[in-house]
Amino acid sequence: MNWSWMMPETVSTYGPAIDQLYYVILVITGVVFFLTEGALIAFLVMYRHKEGRKAAYIHGSTKAEVVWTVVPFLIVMAIALASKSSWDLVKNPANFPADAMRLVVTAKQFEWNVTYPGADGRIGTADDFTVRNQLHIPVNRAVRVNLRAEDVIHSFFLPEFRLKQDAIPGREIPVWFEATRTGEFTLGCAELCGLGHYRMKGTVYVHTEADFQSWAASRAEEQQQ
Amino acid sequence: MNHSATAVMDPRHPMPGMQVYNLKLGMWIFLLSEVMFFTSLIGSYIILRFAHPEHWTEPGVILNVSLTAVNTFLLICSSVTMVKAFAAIEQGDQKGLKLWLLATILIGASFVGIQFFEYTKLIHEGFVPNFAAYTAEGANLYGATFYLMTGFHGAHVTIGVLCLSFVLFRAMKGAYTSESYGGVEIIGLYWHFVDLVWIILFTIVYLL
Amino acid sequence: MSTAQLVSSLEKEDRTQPGYTDEGLHELSFIRKYVFSTDHKTIAKQFLFLSLFFLVVGGALAGMMRWQLGFPGQPLPGGGVFPDTMAPGGIILPEFYNSLVTMHGTIMIFFAIMPLLVGVFGNLLIPLQLGAPDMAFPRLNMASFWLAVVAGTVMMASFLVEGGAAGAGWTSYAPLSTSGEWTGVYLGQQLWLVSLIIMGASSLTGAVNYITTVINMRAPGMTWFRIPLPTWSLFITAILILLAIPILTGGLIMLLFDQLIGTTFFIPAGSGEPLLWQHIFWFFGHPEVYILILPAMGIVSEVLSCRARKPIFGYHAMVLAMVSIAFLGWVVWGHHMFQSGMNPMLGTSFMISTVVIAVPSAIKTFNWLGTLWRGDIHFDTPMLHALSFVSMFIIGGLSGIFMAAPAVDIYLHDTYFIVAHLHYVLFGGSLFGIFAGITFWFPKMFGRMMGEGLGKVHFWLTFIFYNLVFFPMHNLGIQGMMRRLYDPNEYEFLQPLQEMSTFISISAFLLVGTQSLFAFNFFWSMFRGRQAPANPWNSNTLEWTVPSPPPHGNFAVMPTVYRGPYEYSSPEVDADFYPQDRPPPGAGPGGQAAPEPTPGPAPTPEPVAGD
Repeated sequence: MNWSWMMPETVSTYGPAIDQLYYVILVITGVVFFLTEGALIAFLVMYRHKEGRKAAYIHGSTKAEVVWTVVPFLIVMAIALASKSSWDLVKNPANFPADAMRLVVTAKQFEWNVTYPGADGRIGTADDFTVRNQLHIPVNRAVRVNLRAEDVIHSFFLPEFRLKQDAIPGREIPVWFEATRTGEFTLGCAELCGLGHYRMKGTVYVHTEADFQSWAASRAEEQQQ
Repeated sequence: MNHSATAVMDPRHPMPGMQVYNLKLGMWIFLLSEVMFFTSLIGSYIILRFAHPEHWTEPGVILNVSLTAVNTFLLICSSVTMVKAFAAIEQGDQKGLKLWLLATILIGASFVGIQFFEYTKLIHEGFVPNFAAYTAEGANLYGATFYLMTGFHGAHVTIGVLCLSFVLFRAMKGAYTSESYGGVEIIGLYWHFVDLVWIILFTIVYLL
Repeated sequence: MSTAQLVSSLEKEDRTQPGYTDEGLHELSFIRKYVFSTDHKTIAKQFLFLSLFFLVVGGALAGMMRWQLGFPGQPLPGGGVFPDTMAPGGIILPEFYNSLVTMHGTIMIFFAIMPLLVGVFGNLLIPLQLGAPDMAFPRLNMASFWLAVVAGTVMMASFLVEGGAAGAGWTSYAPLSTSGEWTGVYLGQQLWLVSLIIMGASSLTGAVNYITTVINMRAPGMTWFRIPLPTWSLFITAILILLAIPILTGGLIMLLFDQLIGTTFFIPAGSGEPLLWQHIFWFFGHPEVYILILPAMGIVSEVLSCRARKPIFGYHAMVLAMVSIAFLGWVVWGHHMFQSGMNPMLGTSFMISTVVIAVPSAIKTFNWLGTLWRGDIHFDTPMLHALSFVSMFIIGGLSGIFMAAPAVDIYLHDTYFIVAHLHYVLFGGSLFGIFAGITFWFPKMFGRMMGEGLGKVHFWLTFIFYNLVFFPMHNLGIQGMMRRLYDPNEYEFLQPLQEMSTFISISAFLLVGTQSLFAFNFFWSMFRGRQAPANPWNSNTLEWTVPSPPPHGNFAVMPTVYRGPYEYSSPEVDADFYPQDRPPPGAGPGGQAAPEPTPGPAPTPEPVAGD
């Protein structure tokens, strides 16, 4: 059994920053966990009932209470502020790389349809082509995906890329990511979307730039026929 | 005041230090939850209208503003008659209480009647909350939010009229005196609240 | 009930009004005494039986879910009783699994935890701890219980209709929940909505009653800062219920109209806004999270202080922390929606409010530790449950910090990490708090002591199995396992985790099985337990000054309160407790200074159970 608290491998450019933040929180909460639970157990042993013992008549300590209000406040604020830059990098469209390759992913019960722009590089023209449950991308190039949903809410989840975003019918939501190595990775649905939710999955194929170009060319050719 | 610890606890005796009697306090608290209920409806209306302004028309194109203005005036009048009814029983004026209560009931009932007439006419003209009926014009959110908000308000007025009728019934049997008029006071609170909600709804649904 | 009868009964509710009649003065028929009772203590017991029933139902649903996850695709033992639309040959179908997920969440939250905390302890403790003869509106109180029965019946009936019970998750996100087209569930989803609307009415009537009672029905001397913490927490919870439930009711009504009459509030095909439902749901839902934990915090504070024989550390800070939670709870709902497509700037502001609301919970935790420090700790069953609440709440609170950082939440959102977190708060927190409360006040409710030996066995087994079930879920979440998957093995990268899922499932069956010890102890003690004295725990609060169980009307003499509720080990008296209604030394029985100072009557300690 895997009792590990380590994050699995990440293959996106922003993945390591998110993992680092996770480890920082893990260490802070881990220390707090052992200190508080340790204090609890120590008190239970030290102050267990004994004949003739009378508890101290103490109603509190303003000094102590101020300390344990201010210290947690500072810690959680620091975590929040540390989180802000990664959050903005991943989710704020203003920070998306301008030269990213553009795709459209349309979710519906229970499949992912990925639309490529074709030879002209523009979505919404006749040479677009669509593949089902396969997301082919080149390595080391930013990809910007506009998420759509046809029926209900789905959630576009690329665990190895540390990316998750709901796809909402009636809206188009942009996300971006950039792969750092080639290989096959998981595309999953993370929002309950009906009885086939558990099998609404696809595969992310990260190719070298050359492989990607030849794959896209052969797909575009199929589309022409 | 010396609260003697040895006094036998009489369940009918109010607890010491009580500022407002339970029923009135309870009504105020209940009205707070009503505020939140109408907030959820009005908030949803605002969000939907900002998201899809194309569903709405200019004021007065579909809805009959002048008819509803008359109706609004009626409801405000009924708040005045309610105040009169309460003032009457505070003075111990049984006849005044009954008369003003009756006036409030009649005005409240006519409000519901006019609203019913308005609904019938609108539905006849094809202004319905149903999506399927509206795919061409794309105004279903207008209809849906209109009936949702005015409908729940109308239901509140109807319940108010029924409760007022019961208070009148009890007043005829002489249940209220200048010392004891809790029923009149709390139904009055409820009635003024319903009136106030209407003024807000009239403004945002009909005038804006 | 007609409107006229409703008004009439409302009028008769108020003891200060002429229509008021009190039934406690004469003998009542069996039906009026046990079925349509207006006595707050009887209503508390009725809520106890109702919500324990639903706790069993919710546990059974969880058991079936865990069977599918632990042994995917294998026939459920005894599953042959289900029709082919749910589990043909005992093999759970995906649509039935979704119903199990949805109904487990709904029933546990609305029909088990909420009524256990608010319905049971609100009714039992508020009048008794304030020194009041009953609730402000006893008949409204009865209506609240029977509305809950109706709501529960409707919810259970939804399993039996065509298409099965609701299957869109306990959050019922639109548009999945707006039409059977997407889930195959038509009538079941509508019954779900109707049931929750009725349950909302039940909670609201209860909340109006609790708030009025706390403001108006306090005994002389019971100032705001002498109110025991369980009652404080229930008062704040009632305010949250009062303001949050109507928001949900509005949303439920709109969703019902979308289903029934063709409106499109939440349906994008008709220009509706699916995210509007999420905003409404979580605007209610986050205060709801605190509704589910605050009363448990109050109960635990009471038990810790009493069984550590020490004043609660920082009483005022405890109250202020709850008050600030009640305010901040309204501005954090967006943290449930970080990945829903909201404006990232908005996400940042919700992140800030979310980390701020962590602070009051931290204050409370440290104050509990401060209460134990230099205490005289008695390890009775209620105390064990209360201590376990503290230690599990620490885990649940710390795991929340991961999701409060939106960047980390991107990965953890909708994974088993969330499932682990919410169960550490709701089971490790609320349910251990409930066990602490039931075992602590059992003697007051039923007049008999609960079996201590069996109680401890139940505690330790529950504590161990509970952690074996939910702790590994953190690890599953970190490995990326999504929630609400019928069969995670569909995903290749989740297949190596099957062993852990099976381990969790076996632990879950043992956890559920262990609860039979509690059930046995509960019913055995009710009839065969040792007779309980008035004050078995040597506690200070007013409910322990009257017999166990207290008579109708509670107090033969209206109590006068002289001090705060947590004056344990006070140097003023020899005993280690100092009841709130004990006149101080040098005061006459009427609360006035006696002409000559006489030594105050020290309370006589009574034998403490479990020592």
